[in-house]
Amino acid sequence: MRILSKFMLGLAAGTALMAALPSAWAADELTITSWGGSYQESQRKAFFEPFIKDGNKVTEEEYNGEIAKLRAMVEAKAVTWDIVDIDTQTALAACAEGVLETIDWGKLGLDKSKFIGGDLQDCAVPNIVYATIIAYDTSKMPDGPKTIADVFDLQKFPGKRGLQKNPFVNLEWALIADGVPQADVYKVLATPEGVDRAFKKLDTIKKDVVWWEAGAQPPQMLADGQVVMTSAWNGRIYGAVVSDKKPFAIMWDQQGLDWDWWAMPKGGPRVDGAYRFITYASDPKRMAEQTKYISYGPANRDAIPNVDPEILPHLPTADANMKTALIVDPQFWADNGDQLRERFNSWLAQ
Amino acid sequence: MAHAEAVIHNARQLKFQLRTAERRGKLRALALVAPLFLFIVVSFVIPIVLMLKNAIYDPDISNNLPRTTSLLAAWDGSALPSEEVYAALAEDFRESEKAKTSALIGKRMNYEMSGIRSKIITSARKIKALTAAPYKDQIIAIDPIWSDLNVWTTIKRAGNPVTGFYLLNTVDLETKPDGHIGAVDPGRAVYLDILKRTMGISLIVTLATLVLGFPVAYVLANTPPRIANILMIFVLLPFWTSLLVRTTAWFVMLQDNGPINDLLLGSGLTSQPLPLIFSRFGTIVAMTHIQLPFTLLPIYSVMKTIPPTYMRAARSLGGGPVYSFLHVYLPQTLPGIGAGCLLTFILCLGYYITPALVGGPSDQMMSGIIAEAINRENNWGKACALGTVLLLATLTLYFVYNRLVGIDKVKLG
Amino acid sequence: MKLPSYATPIEKFAYYATLAFTGLVLLFLISPILAIMPLSFNSEPYFSYPMPGLSLRWYEDFFSNERWMNAVKVSLLAAVLVTILSTILGTVAALGLARANLPFKPVILGVLISPMIVPVIITAVGIYLFYAQIGLIASIPGLVLAHTVLATPFVVVTVTSTLSGFDHSLSRAAAGLGATPFRVFTAIMLPIISPGVISGALFAFVTSFDELVVALFITSAEQRTLPKQMFAGIREQISPTITAAASILIVFSVALLVGIELLRRRTERLRGH
Repeated sequence: MRILSKFMLGLAAGTALMAALPSAWAADELTITSWGGSYQESQRKAFFEPFIKDGNKVTEEEYNGEIAKLRAMVEAKAVTWDIVDIDTQTALAACAEGVLETIDWGKLGLDKSKFIGGDLQDCAVPNIVYATIIAYDTSKMPDGPKTIADVFDLQKFPGKRGLQKNPFVNLEWALIADGVPQADVYKVLATPEGVDRAFKKLDTIKKDVVWWEAGAQPPQMLADGQVVMTSAWNGRIYGAVVSDKKPFAIMWDQQGLDWDWWAMPKGGPRVDGAYRFITYASDPKRMAEQTKYISYGPANRDAIPNVDPEILPHLPTADANMKTALIVDPQFWADNGDQLRERFNSWLAQ
Repeated sequence: MAHAEAVIHNARQLKFQLRTAERRGKLRALALVAPLFLFIVVSFVIPIVLMLKNAIYDPDISNNLPRTTSLLAAWDGSALPSEEVYAALAEDFRESEKAKTSALIGKRMNYEMSGIRSKIITSARKIKALTAAPYKDQIIAIDPIWSDLNVWTTIKRAGNPVTGFYLLNTVDLETKPDGHIGAVDPGRAVYLDILKRTMGISLIVTLATLVLGFPVAYVLANTPPRIANILMIFVLLPFWTSLLVRTTAWFVMLQDNGPINDLLLGSGLTSQPLPLIFSRFGTIVAMTHIQLPFTLLPIYSVMKTIPPTYMRAARSLGGGPVYSFLHVYLPQTLPGIGAGCLLTFILCLGYYITPALVGGPSDQMMSGIIAEAINRENNWGKACALGTVLLLATLTLYFVYNRLVGIDKVKLG
Repeated sequence: MKLPSYATPIEKFAYYATLAFTGLVLLFLISPILAIMPLSFNSEPYFSYPMPGLSLRWYEDFFSNERWMNAVKVSLLAAVLVTILSTILGTVAALGLARANLPFKPVILGVLISPMIVPVIITAVGIYLFYAQIGLIASIPGLVLAHTVLATPFVVVTVTSTLSGFDHSLSRAAAGLGATPFRVFTAIMLPIISPGVISGALFAFVTSFDELVVALFITSAEQRTLPKQMFAGIREQISPTITAAASILIVFSVALLVGIELLRRRTERLRGH
C-alpha cells in the first residue's frame, strides 16, 4: 500500500510538469510549416529569427509536401498551421479545393506585379524560385553526367541514383531522356500513351534508384556514397558545397524550375499574424539575405539588386541557368497530379 | 398443513434471495468493468466503426451535386438525360464554384474515369457563366464529356454515397461503366499483390522466429535457472526496448557504411557493400529480430512444463533420439509453437514503421500503403477500405487465437 | 542442460550444435543494442567502426537542443497522464474480470484486449476520423486519450494475472468480519495486487512513451513527441544525435522494465512459487 501511494504521489508530481511546460499553448504563436533541413534553416535565419526578435512568437514544423495533413486539418476545422511553405501544384490544387485562404494583396501591402509568378495563384504568395537538378560527387566522378539522358544511361554511369519519391519532374525527365523534345513534354504526358512511355523509361532504371522524400536526404546520400548521382533541390547542394565543403557539382540540364509559396490554410486562428509575417518575409532586403544561406532565387524582383554578386550565378533565375531550364507546368500538375501520383505509387509498390 | 406452506414459502424466499444476490453480484462485476468497457467502446470501437463507414460511404458527389444526383435517380440510363438534369447540373456547379468544391467533384470522378478531373473543373468554371436556358446544348458545347453516357452513369452511381468502389479496388476490381464488375487495368492492379506480400513477409518472419526461437527456448528451458536467468536477459532486453529504437538500430546497422557492411568488407567476404538497407532482406531481418521474443517466450513457458522424464522414458523404451524427439517431445510443445507463431503472425500483419524505415518501396506492407494513401494521395476512402481488409484478416486470426490459446494467457515478459 | 549418459555421437553433435546455435541467436538478439550504444559516443558523425575517438557531443546536442527537450517534455507529460488514467481504468476493470460471476466474460475480455492486437495504423486512422469530428486533433488531451486506449490492455493483463493468484477467501473473511467493500479493497486486495498494478502502470507508461504511429496522425508541431522527433530525424537526416536519443531510451526502458521484473519476482515469492 505504501509503495502504491508513493507511486501515485509520484504520478501527481509528474502532472505538475504541465506547469513547467513551455508556452506552447500561447494563443499568439504562429505555427509556420516548411520543408526542413537547410532550406528551413535559411528561412529561420533570414525571417523567423528577426521576426521573433521583433517581439513575435513562432513555432516551426516540417513536412514533405503532404497535402493530406493540410486538407485534413481544414476539413476537421482544427487548423494548427498558420502559414505553410507550399509548392506550386499543391497550392493550385489546394486552392481549387477550398483548403487555402485567398490572398488579399492589399492587406499584404505588396505590389503583386513585382513578384515573379505573382499572378499565377489566388491563394499563395511566391517566395522563392528553385530548381530540381542532378548533382554528383566530383571526387568520385570527375566526369559527371552532362545531360538528363545520362541519368538514364546505366552503361555510361553505373551505380545507384537518387530520385524524389514523386512523379513530379521525374516523368518529364524520363520523356526527355527518351527523346521527347522539351517543348512537347506536357503534350505527350497528357496522353495515356505518353504516361506509359514515361513509366517504361523509368522502369529501365527502377532497380538502381534510391528514392528520397525529404530535401535534406540527397546531399546526405551523396556524402555517404549511397548514390553516384541524385536529383536534388539546387539550394541544398549549394549549401553542402559552401558550408560543408563537399565536392559536389550541379548538372544544369533540364532542371525543373518551380516556385515555393507562402500560403495560409483556410480557417487558421491567426490570419492577421500570418499576413503580417508574409509581408515581413517578402521584404526585398530580407529576401536577399536569405540567398546568403541558400541559393534560391528571390521571387520579389526588387530583391535581386541586393543579392551578393558572388551568389547570383548560382541562383536558378540566373540567365545562364534559365536557358537550360525545364519550366514545370503547374496547371498540368494541378490537374493531373492526383492520378499520376496514384499511378506512381502503384508503380513503386509493384 | 400450515407448516408445509411455510416451508415452501421459505424455500421460495431463499431462492429469490439467492437469485437477487447473484444478480447483485453480476451487476457489481459489470459495474467494475463498465468504465473501461465504455471507454474502449467510445475511444476505440467507434473510431474503428467510423473507419469502416468511410470505406463504403463517400458523399462527395451527392453533397456537391445534390440536384443533379437526385434527378438522376429516376433516370434510366438509356439516353442522355433531359434538359431538366442539365439545368440542375448548371445550378449545382454554380454552387460548387462558390463553395470551391468543384475540384472535389473532379477528384472523386477521376477515381473512376482517369483524366476527367481537369475537364470537370474547367467545365464547372465555364458552366458557372451560363445564364439562360436551355442548358443542354450549351453544356455539351463546353465539353463533349457531357454528351458521354458513361459520364452520366458514373455520376449516377457515384451519386449514391454508399459505394463498393473502394472495397472492390482493394482486390483490384472495379465497376465498369456498363455496370459489370471487372479487373482494373494492370497498371493500377497492385493491392492483391500487396495483400499477398503482407501475408508472405509475415509468414517468412514467423517461420524465421520459430526456427531461431525453438532451439533457444529448448536450451533456456533445460538449463539450470541460475544460468537461464542470465541468458534470458538477452531475450528480454531487446523485448523491452521500443520498436522504434530497435528499428533505428537496424537502420544504422544495415547502412552501406554501417557496422555489418564494415564487418563484411573488413573480413574480405565482399568487395562492395551489400545493399542491405531499403531491401526486403533487411526488412525481414529487422522484423524477425523484433518478433523473436514473441514467438520464443510462449514456447519456452510450455517447455518448462514438460518433465524431462518423458524423454528419458521414451529413450529407455528403445526410441532413437530423433524418433523420441519427434514423437514424444515435439507434440508436447505444439501449444507453445501455435501460440507464439500465431501471435507473431498477427502482429506482423500490422507492421508499418519497420518496413517504412528499413524497406524499399516494394517492401511496403498493408499498413504502409494505408499511410501512403492518406499522406500522399489524400484518399481516405482507399485507406479505409484497405484498413477494413487488414482489420478483417487480423480479427479472424485474433478469433482463432482466442479460441486456441485464450487472450488472457498473453504474457508480458 | 546436461547431456544424458546414454547419448550417441549424433546426439553429442546435436547437443553442441544447439548450444552454438543458441549462442548465435542470442548474439543476434543483442547485437543491434550493442552496436548502437557505442556509436552514440563516436566523436565523428559516422556509423562505422573503429571509432576515431570518443565524445559526448551527441548527448550534449540532445540535451541542449530545444526541440529534443520539448519532445521529451511532451512525451513525459503524456505518458504520466496516460499512466494515471489507464492504471485506474485497467485495475478497476481487472477486479471485475476476476469475479466469477461476470457475464459475457470472453466477449468483454476480447474487446478490452483488442487495442493490443488491432494494427495500430487502423487505430490511428479511426481515432483521427473520430477526433476530427469532436475537435480533439492536435491536442494533448487527444493524445492522452488515444494512448490510454493502447495502454489499458497491458494494465488489464498484468493485474488480471496477479489477481489469478489471489485467494478470494481473504476478502470474504474480511467482509464477514464487517469490513466495507472499499476497506476490503484497500486493506486486503491492493497490498497483494500492488506489484501487478505497478507493473501494469509501468507498461502503460512505456506504451505511451514509445508510441509513434498514433502520434504521427493526430498531433501537430506543438505536441511533437520524442518518437515523432526521432522518426523525423531518421527519415530526414540520420545524425548520431538519434543514436544518443536511442541509447537514452534503451537505458530508460530497461530501467523501467527491470523494475517490472523485480515486481514480478516479488509477486511470485509472495505467492510462494
